[in-house]
Amino acid sequence: MTPNPYFFIVIFVGVALIFPIIPLALAWLWRRFLQPPKPGAEKNATYECGVEAVGEAQVQFQSQYYLYCIIFLIFDVEAVFLVPFAVAFTGLPVGAFIAILVFLLLLIEGLVWAWSKGCLNWTLKS
Amino acid sequence: MSDQIDEGLRSELQRQGIWVTSMQELYNWGRKNSIWPLQFGLACCAIEMIATAASRYDIARFGGEVFRPSPRQADLMIVAGTVTKKMAPQIVRLYNQMPDPKYVISMGACAISGGPFKQGYNVLKGIDRYIPVDVYIPGCPPRPEALLHAFMELQRKIDSQKLTGDKKAAHLDPAQPSEFPVPAFGAHDLEPPANPRVFQPPKIERT
Repeated sequence: MTPNPYFFIVIFVGVALIFPIIPLALAWLWRRFLQPPKPGAEKNATYECGVEAVGEAQVQFQSQYYLYCIIFLIFDVEAVFLVPFAVAFTGLPVGAFIAILVFLLLLIEGLVWAWSKGCLNWTLKS
Repeated sequence: MSDQIDEGLRSELQRQGIWVTSMQELYNWGRKNSIWPLQFGLACCAIEMIATAASRYDIARFGGEVFRPSPRQADLMIVAGTVTKKMAPQIVRLYNQMPDPKYVISMGACAISGGPFKQGYNVLKGIDRYIPVDVYIPGCPPRPEALLHAFMELQRKIDSQKLTGDKKAAHLDPAQPSEFPVPAFGAHDLEPPANPRVFQPPKIERT
């Protein structure tokens, strides 16, 4: 009688579970019965590359970073379009030139709008 | 190494294909062949330490290639380079955050005594003022072979550590401390200038 073809997977999973569990269990038993625990304030402190940790780990960042990021992203994409445009500039028809000009103007308009809205003013609000 | 097993009997048994060992030997064998160093370098000695870890010198042959970026997983601290007074509290804190058993190799003249910068106002004159050092390597900087030698010396030390009895290893003794006071910046120098528990300067007797 041939065993179920998936039987080998069961064996594999079993070995894969037992293989790490045995050393972990041995280490736990060793720690539990033989090694005296030596906790301390320094030892249990938050690891911060050897520097004393200051404040909480869940720090909030200002949402202003988000605006800066968005504006940066827009002009980042613009640079991607501008480089091929500049390379092929001499061979471009007038239509393509006007198209990229419109594209540029739209972005600049967006920047002016963001500027007039005060998005570029960095205010320190906590 | 072993107190219990007769060496002659053991070699006789080994010839017959029976390997006899003790818990202590097995435990120390596992420990000495899997020493994970803490990954940090302070100065030019760190370059030699990196060379030791790279393929030419290959500390992996001794089981020490797993440089851990966290002290929680490290067994060995290789103080590789000049310890400035600005850096000393961080090193002691990192040492404190390592779990027992932990070992320290003081690599190079600077880590031992301040080395060529000993007269500098900002250089600690030896990391052994604050933490217990197991192996010192002289040199400026020591060659990778020297670090490997120190590593083997440390393995020899781990191999000879006792698990039970009066002379058992320090990490198994509940009375022995696991962390040492971190020095703070004082008005002129680190406070305290040394930990008297681990550092007793040699007394100079003038005649």
